[in-house]
Amino acid sequence: MALKLDHVTKRFGTFTAVNDLSLEIPDKEIFGFLGANGAGKTTTFRMILGLLDPSIGKISWGEIPLNYSTSHMVGYLPEERGLYPKLKVRDQIVYLARLRGMQKSEALQELRFWLEKFNVPDYENKKVEELSKGNQQKIQFIAAVIHKPKLLILDEPFSGLDPVNVEQLKDAVIALKENGTTIVFSSHQMHHVEELCEHLCIMHKGKPVVHGSLKEIKRAFGKKNLLIHADFSLESLKDFPGVVKAKPTMEGSLLQIESEIVADSILKEIVGKGFIRKFTLEEPSLNDIFIEKVGASYE
Amino acid sequence: MNNFWIILIHTYLNKLKSKSFIITTILTVIIVLGLTNINNIINIFDKNGGSETVAVLDGTGKLFEPFKQQVAVINKDIKLTQYKGNEKEAEQAVENGDFDGLIQLDFNSEQMPEALYKAMSIADSSLFNDLQAGLQQVKTMMAAAKLNLTQNQLQKLYEPVGFEKAALEKNAKTEEELNQARGLVYVLLFVIYFSVIMYANMIAMEVATEKSSRVMEILISSVSPIKQMFAKILGIGLLSLSQLAVFLIVGYISFSRNMESLSDGFWGEFGFGSIPVATICYAVVFLLLGYFLYATLAAFLGSLVSRIEDVQQMITPMTLLVVAGFMIAMFGLGKPDAMFITVTSYIPFFTPMIMFLRVGMLSIPFWEALTGIAILAGTIIVLAIFGARVYRGGVLMYGKSNSFKDIKKALQLTKNE
Repeated sequence: MALKLDHVTKRFGTFTAVNDLSLEIPDKEIFGFLGANGAGKTTTFRMILGLLDPSIGKISWGEIPLNYSTSHMVGYLPEERGLYPKLKVRDQIVYLARLRGMQKSEALQELRFWLEKFNVPDYENKKVEELSKGNQQKIQFIAAVIHKPKLLILDEPFSGLDPVNVEQLKDAVIALKENGTTIVFSSHQMHHVEELCEHLCIMHKGKPVVHGSLKEIKRAFGKKNLLIHADFSLESLKDFPGVVKAKPTMEGSLLQIESEIVADSILKEIVGKGFIRKFTLEEPSLNDIFIEKVGASYE
Repeated sequence: MNNFWIILIHTYLNKLKSKSFIITTILTVIIVLGLTNINNIINIFDKNGGSETVAVLDGTGKLFEPFKQQVAVINKDIKLTQYKGNEKEAEQAVENGDFDGLIQLDFNSEQMPEALYKAMSIADSSLFNDLQAGLQQVKTMMAAAKLNLTQNQLQKLYEPVGFEKAALEKNAKTEEELNQARGLVYVLLFVIYFSVIMYANMIAMEVATEKSSRVMEILISSVSPIKQMFAKILGIGLLSLSQLAVFLIVGYISFSRNMESLSDGFWGEFGFGSIPVATICYAVVFLLLGYFLYATLAAFLGSLVSRIEDVQQMITPMTLLVVAGFMIAMFGLGKPDAMFITVTSYIPFFTPMIMFLRVGMLSIPFWEALTGIAILAGTIIVLAIFGARVYRGGVLMYGKSNSFKDIKKALQLTKNE
């Protein structure tokens, strides 16, 4: 039942928002969908949800096409948060849940379960406009998952939350995944993606620039980070062969190097020059990869 | 339950429970009760039976009695008292509130009566008019006596000329019927006008609120925008019918309780003595069709704005259309058979009011009304199909601009190349 996007293109007039995107999102997994602002993420989500039709290509979920007859199996947390400000939490969750095919009593029961889980049981009879932004977000999250969707799309679920709330939501997302929900998730915070996703895709100007499992992507990137703390100046390493970038830190320098072998020659170079407190070879962070793949065009 | 019904009922109940709706309904019910009890209300304020007292300073000594008799014929609520003191004292008495006014009677050079009326304010023209008419009668009688006219001759002189109107067209309404119809049509036109403006506004606001609060995106990911739009239109339509039903029931009960005092007087002139059922039926049909036409328009216009503040600006052209229709209808009340009225009654945006005016005031053949209704219904269908497409794209568009160019953008958004 994997979610499959098959050579999907979406054009608005002369502007191409998504260009020949092919993806296969494995079942019961959290899939990270990254990209700079305007890369085509929201448009892709809208196409998956059937709000927009692709200009070319098709989207299917297992054997069935996604449309309004499958809406009770799909949950959506939009990037721009939205709830009826004047309605009570209970009324609006029940309303939205019923539109996803739930019974009223069942929806109420689920709502209470989630409110309890997020430690806010007394919000049931409050109006949304009375809640803080972070708490509104929890309500919004409940609205997206209350009907136990099989496919869940989370557009920036953690933006604007404090660390405690982020942890709460993250735990909820992981629990949903363990219960067999397929989750597509977008974020600008790379460490969330690194923590949660096994597979991911980075979009740039409507095209996927990186696509695959997190490990493979890191391995394929090749470059490593080398962190050196030393008592002497590391200035000269900037021009050392194999060093791509050098960034001075408080206690030494952070180097980006082409491969592991370069680290070996650097070590030989600096040994004997003075006291070396720290010499660590690190995997590149997703942040580095993102900046390199997407940021390059900004420079 | 089907999603369509869930949205419809949610929209209906949500609006029904809203404070603004309850307040408007109660206020209007009070106004309806007030209008239908107008005679009782007037009586409450006129505790002393509406009688007014006037002091008469008769400088001739001959005029008071005939004057009193004539005034009594015109209005028996006016009490005239012959004042014995001088002018100053009489004025003082008026100032003290003992009398409503003071009238000085005298003869002029031709020995005919003349008068000076004094009161604290001369705003009460009906009392003044009655007194003047009374004195006029006295003068006429005296003049007639001078000319030696007999009572018979005098009557002949004042007999009104025979003058009647007759329409040659078959089934045409008589003058009296036309006057009655005019009142009823006038009131119902107002009802149509206000309902269309108010509920179309409500739709546009509702759509814009959902869009600006971004709940729209969740809604349309569970229900197709088209289904959602029509469920909303019908939900608010149901609301309008409920509200009108309340007004009609309250109005009818209150009206029939006060039937006797109302059917002559103010309301009688407005044609409520006997209410023609056909006119009411037409009113309901045109009200509903007018509502659907403008509600569809309002829904898709509302879907184009991103912020609630922009709604009014966006639907102004639509409101102007309704106002224009109403103005034409007001003009048509006096001249319902004008060519201009006939032509505009077939223009769908005006049909609800102007065709209604024509069926209410004239005896037009049934097929003409039916043609108007058919054109209107056709337009509603076309507008609904077009509106649904704009709506589908419009609800996904966010941005600063809110011009009619956005319609094109919205259509483009839903297009499959």
